[in-house]
Amino acid sequence: MKRRDFLRTSVGGGLAAGAVLKMGGFDKLWSSKAVSAAAKYDMVAVMGGNPDAMFDLGIQELGGMSAFVQKGQKVLIKPNIGWDVIPDLAANTNPLLVKRIIEHCFKAGAKEVYVFDHTCDNWVNCYKNSGIEKLAKSAGAKVVPGNSESYYQQIEIPGGVKLQKAKVHQLLLETDVFINVPVLKDHNSTKMTCCLKNNMGLVWDRGYWHSNDLNQCIADFALFEKKPALNVIDCYNVMVKHGPQGVSKEDIVSMKTQILTADWVAGDAAAAKMLGVAVDKIEYIPIAHKMGLGNMNLDSLNIKRIKM
Amino acid sequence: MSSSILRRIRIVFSTLVFIFFVLAFIDFKSLIPSNFINTLLYLQFIPSVIKFFDLKTLAAGGFLIVILLTFITGRTYCSFLCPLGIGQDLNSRIGGRIKKKFRRYGFKKPFTILRYTILAATLIVTIVWGIYMITLLDPYSIYGRSMTYFVKPVVILINNFLAGIFGKFDLYTLSNVPLKGFPLIVYSIPAAFFLLVGGLSLTKGRLYCNMICPVGTFLGLISKISIFRIKFNETACTRCGRCAMRCKSSCIDFLKADVDITRCVSCFNCIHTCQDKAITYGIVSFKKKVHETDESRRKVIVGSLLLLLGMSRNANGQDKKAPKPKKESTVKENKTSPVCPPGGVGIADFNKDCIACSICINACPNGVLQPAYRQYGLTGMMQPVMDYHKSFCTYNCTKCTEICPTNALHPLLLEAKKLTQIGKAKFIKDNCIVKTEKTACGACSESCPTKACHMIPYEGNLVIPEVTEDICIGCGHCEFACPASPYKAIFVDGNLMHVAAKKPENVQSEIKTPVEFPF
Repeated sequence: MKRRDFLRTSVGGGLAAGAVLKMGGFDKLWSSKAVSAAAKYDMVAVMGGNPDAMFDLGIQELGGMSAFVQKGQKVLIKPNIGWDVIPDLAANTNPLLVKRIIEHCFKAGAKEVYVFDHTCDNWVNCYKNSGIEKLAKSAGAKVVPGNSESYYQQIEIPGGVKLQKAKVHQLLLETDVFINVPVLKDHNSTKMTCCLKNNMGLVWDRGYWHSNDLNQCIADFALFEKKPALNVIDCYNVMVKHGPQGVSKEDIVSMKTQILTADWVAGDAAAAKMLGVAVDKIEYIPIAHKMGLGNMNLDSLNIKRIKM
Repeated sequence: MSSSILRRIRIVFSTLVFIFFVLAFIDFKSLIPSNFINTLLYLQFIPSVIKFFDLKTLAAGGFLIVILLTFITGRTYCSFLCPLGIGQDLNSRIGGRIKKKFRRYGFKKPFTILRYTILAATLIVTIVWGIYMITLLDPYSIYGRSMTYFVKPVVILINNFLAGIFGKFDLYTLSNVPLKGFPLIVYSIPAAFFLLVGGLSLTKGRLYCNMICPVGTFLGLISKISIFRIKFNETACTRCGRCAMRCKSSCIDFLKADVDITRCVSCFNCIHTCQDKAITYGIVSFKKKVHETDESRRKVIVGSLLLLLGMSRNANGQDKKAPKPKKESTVKENKTSPVCPPGGVGIADFNKDCIACSICINACPNGVLQPAYRQYGLTGMMQPVMDYHKSFCTYNCTKCTEICPTNALHPLLLEAKKLTQIGKAKFIKDNCIVKTEKTACGACSESCPTKACHMIPYEGNLVIPEVTEDICIGCGHCEFACPASPYKAIFVDGNLMHVAAKKPENVQSEIKTPVEFPF
């Protein structure tokens, strides 16, 4: 269930939904409710600028970062830093975008901003060669390792079809706001990696997902109670083949686009269109849609499209 | 020179060298640049000798400088440059703190037969069979292994403990380093030598150096004709015996006012301790000496030698390691050959030059280099082998090739390393999740840096891996990532000889830069 939907139902249907949520943190939900209502769009898509400039415009349309981050909150920004490659090869989220988001968070009054990923390649090299560590630190964020199981804590995913348990990075549990910043890429097996698949960098044991119906596990994890307040999809340079790692610059197409949305299923559906792949061919998207984790029917959404 | 300044110089110099050697071996964050470490390793005797005979160039002639140094100054190498020697001195100091008796040495007869037999045997074994005895006895390698197997894990534990505390305060300057042990069996030899050398130095000073160490014995031979050495002023000497008591090498016969120069490591403790100023370090004046032999000792030596030779006859063995079976994958990986690190040129070539000093195992940022136990056969024990169940070889890295002191791993430029095929990935379809579970996976192909491992259409919407061997470099990322268990569905079979892989070809995508939103 999407946070906004939940809020709508709870406002309309009284306290019934309150029983669904066992965990604490009601106050946080209420505080973000006020802001969500202010947002006019389900999705904002920007085209034609640099990653940082596009974000400036996009976030403005969503009511500014203060619509998502309250004063004194701790924010987790989760880019894709999975691979030991340079920014131009676009296997990782654009470092300029990460930096800009951090700056907006601090401007909105964030107490602390954290950045990490559970990388596929050697983590030190990934953090360094992606350019993300340096720029994130320069913006004042804490760049946190995710290389050791000791950073991960066991959580339950009630309702998960294949994935009922996972070990997630402690930062996901300890922070107040989670901002998902995937880079759109081709993927050899699931055909696309974007919002939902970016979650694989939040967990320790990815092998379990791979050996237990990858597509279902990707959808299942989106059930976990901690959901992103915002997804910022980096489609500036898009790896259209040989993903998710890429071989050379021939795999990259410049798309100069960015998509901002709180609904990660909708985000993935829009991203699939960018990549030119039919949405239902990316199995985890319809699965997640059917599980009520978001809306893949873009026609029913209020989308703001901006060209710079 | 008779003042104790010499001793002080020795202590300061050797301390610096030792600190550096400690750092070089516990540097789990790769903070020290390789060329810095190379400079330090240049003068290490055995690595330099091996590199010299491998490359046949004077550029690798660090050992010639050591020989020259020994000609002039005696076995100063042992006190100033050998990390195991300095480590023993440190240990002797600790021993003295524990029990005063441990630091009162006194003159002992030399183990003449034992040490020369070991030296000769080492030479013969190395020339006839290979590098095995050097691997066992070289002081630098023993030091390196002691650090790698026993000290570094402790440092990492301390780091992780501190990282945990820092983490509580939201500081991430230190990060947790997962500590993965080696196969138990490979600890046996390092442990034996750690205890032997540690125990001897704790209680008896430089006994390892003067009884077993082939480098020490060899340099001792050269120092017989060295120019500078410890000398007695017999008229000033009161035969008080203090010098002999303080001599870590137990080589001062104070009654005869004589120093066994083959065992003296130029530590200058005797000069420092002599109250009569009767001992000096200066230009030689010769004196006659008699040697004695011992029959029973000889038998022991021959016996132990045979044991060693017997060991060296074992041929290359195969990886017999089988992970504990669960139930899923059924086809066993048929690994015909282990994978030796890039720069090794070929397994046989690599095996003959590696002294298992373990510095590459320490330097590897991914921890894919593991000490072999049976992969190269018994004789290759402790030499590094690629273990793709533990980790994989990271594409943008040439660290191990840069750091190897013996040239067992040749230096590779990054571009060359990326095209060096050390093994080939083999796909076992019957173990693959895509076939057995009929669900998507692709962990192997996702990890492949060259896309030698790529996905091809399978049933329905599914895709399944396929390997183009000629662009595979054998990095093992696919094997590491494969979730099939107990047997992997993809594994790297080592190349006996490393070859050049084809460069992966790539064409520009036909997808164009969008001008309109497609949604």
